[in-house]
Amino acid sequence: MPHIEIDGKTIEVAPGATLMDAANQAGIFIPHFCYHKKLSIAANCRMCLVEVEKAPKPLPACATPVTEGMKVRTHSAKAVAAQKGVMELLLINHPLDCPICDQGGECQLQDLAVGYGASASRYAEPKRVVREKDLGPLIATDMTRCIHCSRCVRFSQEIAGRMELGMVHRGEHTEVMPFLEQQMHSELSGNVIDLCPVGALTSKPFRYSARTWELSRRKSISPHDGLGANLQLHTKDNRVYRVVPQENEAINECWLADRDRYAYEALNSEERLTRPMVRDGDKWIEVDWQKALNQAAGALRVLRDTHGGNALAALASPHQTLEELHLLQKLMRGLGSGRIEHRLGQADFSGDAKRQGVTWLGMPIAELNQLQRVLLIGATLRKEQPLIAQRLRQAVKFGAQLNVLHAADDDLYCRVANKLIVKPSAWVNALAQVAKALQEAGASLPAELAGQLNDITVSDSARAIAASLNTGERKALLLGAVAQNHPAAAQLHQLVAAIAAACGAKLGFLSPAANSVGAQLVGVQSGPVALDAKGYLLLGVEPELDAHNGPELLKALQAAECVVALTAFKGRVMDYADVVLPIAPFSETAGSFVNMEGRLQSFHAAVTPQGEARPAWKVLRVLGNLFNLAGFEQNSAEEVRQEALPQGEAGIAARLDNAIHGVALALQPPGAGIERLGEVPIYQLDPLVRRAPALQQTQDARDAACAWASGALIQRLNLIDGEHVRVRQAGAEAVLRLCRDDRLPDDVLRVAAAHPLTAGLAGRFGAISVEAV
Amino acid sequence: MRHGGQAFLELGKPNNGGTKIFSVSGHVNKPGNYEVGLGTPFAELLAMAGGVRSGHKLKAVIPGGSSAPVLPGEVMMDLTMDFDSIAKAGSMLGSGAVIVMDDSVCMVKALERLAYFYFEESCGQCTPCREGTGWMYRVVHRIEHGEGRPEDLDLLMSVGDNIAGRTICALGDAAVGPVQSFIKHFRQEFEYHIEHKKCLVGA
Ligand code: SF4
Ligand code: SF4
Ligand code: FES
Repeated sequence: MPHIEIDGKTIEVAPGATLMDAANQAGIFIPHFCYHKKLSIAANCRMCLVEVEKAPKPLPACATPVTEGMKVRTHSAKAVAAQKGVMELLLINHPLDCPICDQGGECQLQDLAVGYGASASRYAEPKRVVREKDLGPLIATDMTRCIHCSRCVRFSQEIAGRMELGMVHRGEHTEVMPFLEQQMHSELSGNVIDLCPVGALTSKPFRYSARTWELSRRKSISPHDGLGANLQLHTKDNRVYRVVPQENEAINECWLADRDRYAYEALNSEERLTRPMVRDGDKWIEVDWQKALNQAAGALRVLRDTHGGNALAALASPHQTLEELHLLQKLMRGLGSGRIEHRLGQADFSGDAKRQGVTWLGMPIAELNQLQRVLLIGATLRKEQPLIAQRLRQAVKFGAQLNVLHAADDDLYCRVANKLIVKPSAWVNALAQVAKALQEAGASLPAELAGQLNDITVSDSARAIAASLNTGERKALLLGAVAQNHPAAAQLHQLVAAIAAACGAKLGFLSPAANSVGAQLVGVQSGPVALDAKGYLLLGVEPELDAHNGPELLKALQAAECVVALTAFKGRVMDYADVVLPIAPFSETAGSFVNMEGRLQSFHAAVTPQGEARPAWKVLRVLGNLFNLAGFEQNSAEEVRQEALPQGEAGIAARLDNAIHGVALALQPPGAGIERLGEVPIYQLDPLVRRAPALQQTQDARDAACAWASGALIQRLNLIDGEHVRVRQAGAEAVLRLCRDDRLPDDVLRVAAAHPLTAGLAGRFGAISVEAV
Repeated sequence: MRHGGQAFLELGKPNNGGTKIFSVSGHVNKPGNYEVGLGTPFAELLAMAGGVRSGHKLKAVIPGGSSAPVLPGEVMMDLTMDFDSIAKAGSMLGSGAVIVMDDSVCMVKALERLAYFYFEESCGQCTPCREGTGWMYRVVHRIEHGEGRPEDLDLLMSVGDNIAGRTICALGDAAVGPVQSFIKHFRQEFEYHIEHKKCLVGA
């Protein structure tokens, strides 16, 4: 390991370390702009020039590897002269419009200019002005401020996986711009705001709304996907103004998905429910909490007393906190009901009886980067878990073979080794082929399975996937949200478990929601969603969107005698609820989420609840009191958590287990006909993102409103790309714009689930037809 | 090739062996490519190229391509065309593109053209060159157009110091070479320009 003397300190550094690494290790700050620990080295800003003994010129610390015995001075007269010289040149064409710049106060250029800049400029020539770029609804530009560090360009290429930004023109005319006037569509685009060392790229929704020094910073946890990204909520006047990443190398590193970054806008939505309300015939009346709670408890009590506990059912969102979910199930069980479910989007619950554990990722998130072999099953990964997709992209960069089974050949922005792209009903058969190919290659399968594979014909792709999984180390088979909501989810799980065992791979669930694991831990799962209850208690759900079969559940709710909804938002719930109780979203309550790797992450309220909204755990506790149930005396979210998970995180690990046994397989080949691929779109995941205006203006949001089919299918059906069509599924229909995507098989129609335009359709998968309107 | 490597080496002088093709351009009667042994006196090369245009005197020579620092004509007349001797005089033999300027040349205008070239050619990747070449060009342009200021010359020298040796590639150094050498050797001409807002040469 090489030694280096840096500013008089001798240290030993890792082989291949740069002077910048050495300085960081020694706690010495070297000014820099283009250097970023997660990006490749560009060495273009020249701010990090330092003096190296025996080198005739100052050398860039970020790009100079340490060699044995090197002597470096980072703050000598020669180094500082070089740094100041560069700073002067960086500033000559900079507008220095700090007073109207959103970056002001958190600007690397501004900060360093204080230390390395002169008080007046010697540049007396006209300054450069650069035309603005339209990067879409999320990112504002002031390209005249750009210092050409290329961080944003390198990010888009290396981390986001698609070069959506580039440097064009030469010399002084060099500009950063999107490719051919496109916008930025990456689901990770907002990270360029954090990366940009100046105010060239800033947040569009946040623009001009607050100064950085006016904002308080509160740590929190993302309530959206199963990653559990660590957040900083920036607040002022009891309002969340923006969200930025809180670095956590084990989870989100220094990144955030746009969903985590911009969903906060919904917290201040007009649609927030801020007062309890009760239905009076066709009218809603605002009432005080006591009246609303009494009415809710009274109605539910009558139903329970008349029809028994199981006449009541609770539906909860896995985006609610662990504490809330715990108290909900405790309340329901106290009332004698065992019908408490969070998996509204799921169709197949037959696996519940065949497994014991809480399903989870099967490994720490950080290990994803180290995988050598992966099979992704039914995961629309870039939209489901954008930062997991990013980690797998890095794994592929280091040589991992990524294999895919899906009904859409979406671009993952990395190399895919082998793929099976078939309609959903063919997935069980496809996995059976992979299993059989492994068997033929000598792997042993469980006896119950092995006997069933005789009639399976192995395709070349399945054989290639098996061959890939049969080599290498550190392998994983990952079940995505589409697989988990698949009508044959249990069979998929069973087959994947067998394949994983046969090839020595880990089996993981890409838990779709922030608290999917937490909800299982506290027992908010009881099997198929109750459709015959007389009374429903809803916690944070929007059933018509969240349910696998929305119309069916909607009918059940409309038929019920009493529906009590704990919700942060008004919305369609007002059509069928009898009492609505305003609850605090994650930013306004203390709570915890357990992410897909089983990590318990707690957070405090960043602001106080809006209007009369209350943290849901308090509401549930009071409901428990009103029913005179024992054990509803908790005084804080911590107390609830302590009760729910007495051993904390330590107790979680023992309960995580993806094993499954004895699911019977139906291996007949799929039938003919067009099938629906119904995924939850990236910006329809939960009630918050659904109400985030900027996210709803993105290309992703627009795409979700269309029906997608391959060109061949469009032609076969005599339809016209771009026109509106009527899709019909099980007697229900929707009118959508038809769009072409040749990455779909010719018998798949991609129609988003959890979307207002498709909420009338019954079931996320299955036969569907499409015709001209 | 027929005579072997040693014979070729001996065509030049010690440490500067062999021949080199000089591409002589500018104010000579017979511009063109001349292959001579290294160490050939500049005066001889100039004569081969037909000498300076009649009625004019040699003023300055850029001995090794546009990035090589310029040398006054009288200095050049005492030098031999080889790497060591040109380097000793503060320039470089570089590409061997010898640019000859006679007394009709305005050094400010000549530098403006060179500075524009480097400003145009910067790739823009790294800061000193991207920003600095434009700055130098604009200042020289101002001087040439009668808008120079007394402090401009020191400014140009200092901006040059902030570029040279700090860029990713050699274009930064190349851009600075002409600026600093023109001012060093022909400073009065620049000062005249600044003070009188017009050219010394035409005056
Ligand atoms: S980017 Fe920084 S230096 Fe530039 S105007 Fe904004 S605050 Fe000022
Ligand atoms: S826009 Fe920002 S991040 Fe991108 S090159 Fe310019 S200064 Fe760097
Ligand atoms: S940080 Fe080293 S050159 Fe930019």
